[in-house]
Amino acid sequence: MTRSNAYIGSPLDRIEDLRLLAGAGTFVGDLKPDNLLYAVILRSPISHGRIRKIGTAAARSLQGVAAVITAAEIGEVPIIPVRQHGKPEGEPYRQPVIAGEKVRYVGEPVAVVIASEQCIAEDAAELIELEIDELPAVATHEIAARDQTLLFENTVTNLATTFYARMGDADMAFATAEYKRKEKFSVHRHTASPMETRGLLAEWNPELQRMVVSGATKVPFFNRNVVAEMLRLQPSQVDLIEVDVGGGFGARGEFYPEDFLIPFAARYVGGNVRWVEDRREHLMAMNHAREMYADLEIACRKDGTLVGVRGRIDIDLGAYVRTNGFTTPRNVVQFVSGPYLIPNIAIDAFSYLTSKTPTGTYRGPGRYEASFFCERLLDMAANDLGIDPAEFRLKNLIPEDQLPRPLATMAGLDRTWQTELDNGAYGVVMERCLKEFGWEEKKKLQGQLIDGRYHGIAVGNFVEGGAGGRFENARMTIEKGGTVTVAVGSTALGQGLQTILSQIAADALSMPIERIRLLHGSTTLVTQGFGSFHSRSTVMGGSAILLAAEALVALLRDKGASHFGCEPDQVSVSDGYVYYGTKSMEFSAFAGSEVERQFENRKLTYSYGSHTAHVAVDPGTGHVELLDYMTVDDVGRIINPATLHGQILGAIVQGLGSTFLEHLQYDENGQLLTGSLADYLLPTATDFPNIRGISLGLRPCPNNPLGAKGAGEGGLIAVGGVIGNAIAAALRSMSVEPRDLPLSPPQIWRLIQQAKASNHNPKMNEQS
Amino acid sequence: MKFPPLRYLTPQSLDEAIALLEQHGADAKLLSGGQSLMPMLAFRLASCSILIDLKFVPGLDRITVTDRGVELGSRVRWRDIEHDVRLPTVQPLLSMAVKHIAHYAIRNRGTVGGSLAHGDPASELPALAVACGATIAIAGPNGRRSLPAEEFFLFPLITALEPNEVIVSLHFPPWPKARSFGFQEFSRRRGDFAMAGAIVFFDQDKDQNICSPHIGAFGIADTPLRLGEAEKFLLGNRAGSRIFEEAAAHGVRNVDVRADIHADSDYRRALLATLVNRALVEAAQRTSP
Amino acid sequence: MTSAPITVTINGARKTLNVSSRITLADALRDVARLTGTHVGCEHGVCGACTVIIDGLAVRSCLMLAVQAAGSEITTVEGLANKGEFSALQASFRKHHAVQCGFCTPGILTTMHALLREEPDADEERIRDVLSGNICRCTGYVQIVEAVMEARASYSRGSAA
Repeated sequence: MTRSNAYIGSPLDRIEDLRLLAGAGTFVGDLKPDNLLYAVILRSPISHGRIRKIGTAAARSLQGVAAVITAAEIGEVPIIPVRQHGKPEGEPYRQPVIAGEKVRYVGEPVAVVIASEQCIAEDAAELIELEIDELPAVATHEIAARDQTLLFENTVTNLATTFYARMGDADMAFATAEYKRKEKFSVHRHTASPMETRGLLAEWNPELQRMVVSGATKVPFFNRNVVAEMLRLQPSQVDLIEVDVGGGFGARGEFYPEDFLIPFAARYVGGNVRWVEDRREHLMAMNHAREMYADLEIACRKDGTLVGVRGRIDIDLGAYVRTNGFTTPRNVVQFVSGPYLIPNIAIDAFSYLTSKTPTGTYRGPGRYEASFFCERLLDMAANDLGIDPAEFRLKNLIPEDQLPRPLATMAGLDRTWQTELDNGAYGVVMERCLKEFGWEEKKKLQGQLIDGRYHGIAVGNFVEGGAGGRFENARMTIEKGGTVTVAVGSTALGQGLQTILSQIAADALSMPIERIRLLHGSTTLVTQGFGSFHSRSTVMGGSAILLAAEALVALLRDKGASHFGCEPDQVSVSDGYVYYGTKSMEFSAFAGSEVERQFENRKLTYSYGSHTAHVAVDPGTGHVELLDYMTVDDVGRIINPATLHGQILGAIVQGLGSTFLEHLQYDENGQLLTGSLADYLLPTATDFPNIRGISLGLRPCPNNPLGAKGAGEGGLIAVGGVIGNAIAAALRSMSVEPRDLPLSPPQIWRLIQQAKASNHNPKMNEQS
Repeated sequence: MKFPPLRYLTPQSLDEAIALLEQHGADAKLLSGGQSLMPMLAFRLASCSILIDLKFVPGLDRITVTDRGVELGSRVRWRDIEHDVRLPTVQPLLSMAVKHIAHYAIRNRGTVGGSLAHGDPASELPALAVACGATIAIAGPNGRRSLPAEEFFLFPLITALEPNEVIVSLHFPPWPKARSFGFQEFSRRRGDFAMAGAIVFFDQDKDQNICSPHIGAFGIADTPLRLGEAEKFLLGNRAGSRIFEEAAAHGVRNVDVRADIHADSDYRRALLATLVNRALVEAAQRTSP
Repeated sequence: MTSAPITVTINGARKTLNVSSRITLADALRDVARLTGTHVGCEHGVCGACTVIIDGLAVRSCLMLAVQAAGSEITTVEGLANKGEFSALQASFRKHHAVQCGFCTPGILTTMHALLREEPDADEERIRDVLSGNICRCTGYVQIVEAVMEARASYSRGSAA
């Protein structure tokens, strides 16, 4: 190998940008085959009720309408399966692809209108007479827990499942603890909200009895098998095609009701049907996330050594258990300890169904929430004990020599639910972050009132799971002109995957990247694949590419040896040539050579790092200005530093949006109040200009040949806790403690008013 | 979110526009910049089947500055206000307020008449019109009339404009020299509608006592309004931090503050007091030449 | 549905488009002119993905009927490159990794192009102020601002205007 590592580690310009910057990308809404019909979905305007009538006659008779599809036209209504982290008790709560008898959230599909133009389909949808007998809304997890109104009458409870995270002996630890503090926290409902809404184009060929669905992403192979089964087709009759995708962040690409309804509609009308979600339906139909309520207690020694955490977390799941099953509820209890050495843990999680949009994974699922709870508790404890919050954390980070270390056991569950942190120099990275941030300098500002604003700083740490999903496949084929086509099951969601995987393939074959043609995502490319979730595509797809490249080189050596009449180990492969001594042959001579390899992995990667923040709080308005935000993380091995940097910065701002701005609000009737981007506030360029990130390849991952760890979520995970702590530090003189997200100006202002009122009548902390 | 079926008409004169309004009644709406109307149509919240675009109606797009004040034609865009070099002197609050209106691309199309007709209680221009005692010139089938801005805004998104009338212009009274002024707005993000906003200006007599104080508030009640009690409080007093604080506190006490998903009324009232106070402090430091 | 022809100049070429009066300019560009680089992210004027340049000014093409654009000169993202070569702004976006998913990118490019033609000396605060009308969910905006800052030079020289 003469050119190894020429591409990996280099901030290569992205291949994707050539088309995306020219406006020549192909997103699903750009596809317009001949004879295209448009689908519009009528959604329930009622949170919880029984459908009395769906009158479709007027809609059907509107000129241009091809069909109106309701549960009656579908017949036996398929139920969406759970893809991961399912449990038997969750099965009764899965979502039918269309509401037939009952509706359980505002936004649940009730009918599909197919017409010659989208505007006509919308006109027709307005003509559908939908009559629903309202049932009491189950708008909060507290109402759900009473079980007076059941969302599913065939069950006995709205409690879908429970989890128990256990380590050591928490009761004993708390019984003997020198210090403990109990607190309630909450994280609010918000969502991924990528800039491109969802969309699908389903093309049914009646002659060939074949279905091609474009717009797939994340997990096309799983989704292909599901839709094939629901349509009673063989998987070989269905292909899912990935086109350019406008962001995913965990929410896009799961199997949603529309992933059945649109292909079904295409077959029903015998042609091509496209559906592009509008922003309002996006906000009520795509997975929501994060809403949960924690009641937790921390225990430590007087010197600040953590000894335990215990308590319960109540989770508002929304109306159905969707494809992500219980990933988030599992994660939040498992990751409360984060990168900290907490020897005794007992946390229970209760997941309730409510009559609101179902929830699923969003970037850092469960981990953002867990980090908020944990980091807030740590700062409260550090402050009570009079220890600097940075020192407190350095003391409690898991030392490198104690890694790998299992996280809390998920009691009563098999090993697929368990995990362990792999490796890392947690303290080294945190010290680097403090230094880059200027912690010692900025500490002087802690709690100071300067020009009418209170200043505060905080630090926190995270671990980020990566490389989930058992395997990924990669296939390499030498084409006639000598280029190498590399096909992988990993999918792109806008993260620059084509560039990153091309870099890995080019290095693995020691050839110029221009001669690599990388294809990904579609079910037509490889025999089996998984996709992109859980920060896995670089690690899993990249590792599969390494294995395939190894196999291709071995194959070329064999073929070269027989051609040159030598031994395979006398043959070398690089730059698109096969060499033996002074003789060489171009790859094109070996056109048609092909290998497919699978990378299997049962161990997750854990990148990790630290966040620091400096805020100024205006007590008159409740506004918090972010003066500085600094992260340092270790991702094991960096493939493309520029794309990684973009991932980190983008994640930080998403985390800041989660913490300050974004909030899916419901009223007591289960009506969504934030159905537009004027009400659901995404961060803009003027909100958080002062953010910085440094990524390191400090400790390569031992669990994959690439040495890389999943990255891209860590920039988000610690934001809530760090910002909460920085605000608490700024307002320390008033004993303000943010416990509930989002930290909107009215919320901060209210906390200050409450603190002012109760400071006249100070309450003792629960301290022993 | 596609628009409902629409007919699109382009009258060539004000009379023709009014005649079309007469003819089509409630089915028709005037279209100016469309930056508020189009989102309503996209959500199918506005019900109309005919749009009457004013773009070919002559004479509505001028900014006129005379010794009688500033007149903004109803089709004057935010962009035109931003780029007019006269306005920072002759109506400085307008130049300050326009920076807070929506975003760059919206300001390239949004218009004076559109904003007034939309009548959002959190919008800047209606608030400025009320605070400054501006008048709105309106044309209808029976000729022209003129209405003080304070009487124009009735409820959120409801104005005194009749369905067969067209806003012609907005007239601001003259702006004297040595007037003190301040503008404070607080929104969730830049360009968002105000959670609350305060517009203040006052003059001072030869003894440095405040005369003709004007304090406007927006984003707070059903319409933009003037805080009469705060004005009374200031009148005849010398400018100073204590009097400003007290005026702000008094001024917001009896306002009927509305709540929405972004903030409850307690917060909004307190926020308004903060902003009025800050605008007064700002005014004390900022006097027009 | 009844359609009527409008004539517009798109990226320098005169075109006649058959559009019904209820169609937005965004949909007309995408579905009738088949220039799909202009993206539709919210259809209510907030996200900015659909921004195009009409007679020199950046505007939301989702907040305009196509018939309102009759007779105007429109520049879309497809019209920014010169004979297949990226403009200085596009090249700077690539260099600075200012793109992730690329969905918001066309609206940001058109907005920033219109801004820098008018204000080639816009500072970071002004660039962020104008950029705040375009939502990007992926990047956190830092690399976009860097890319725009660097591209200013070619506008002040007049070569990109």
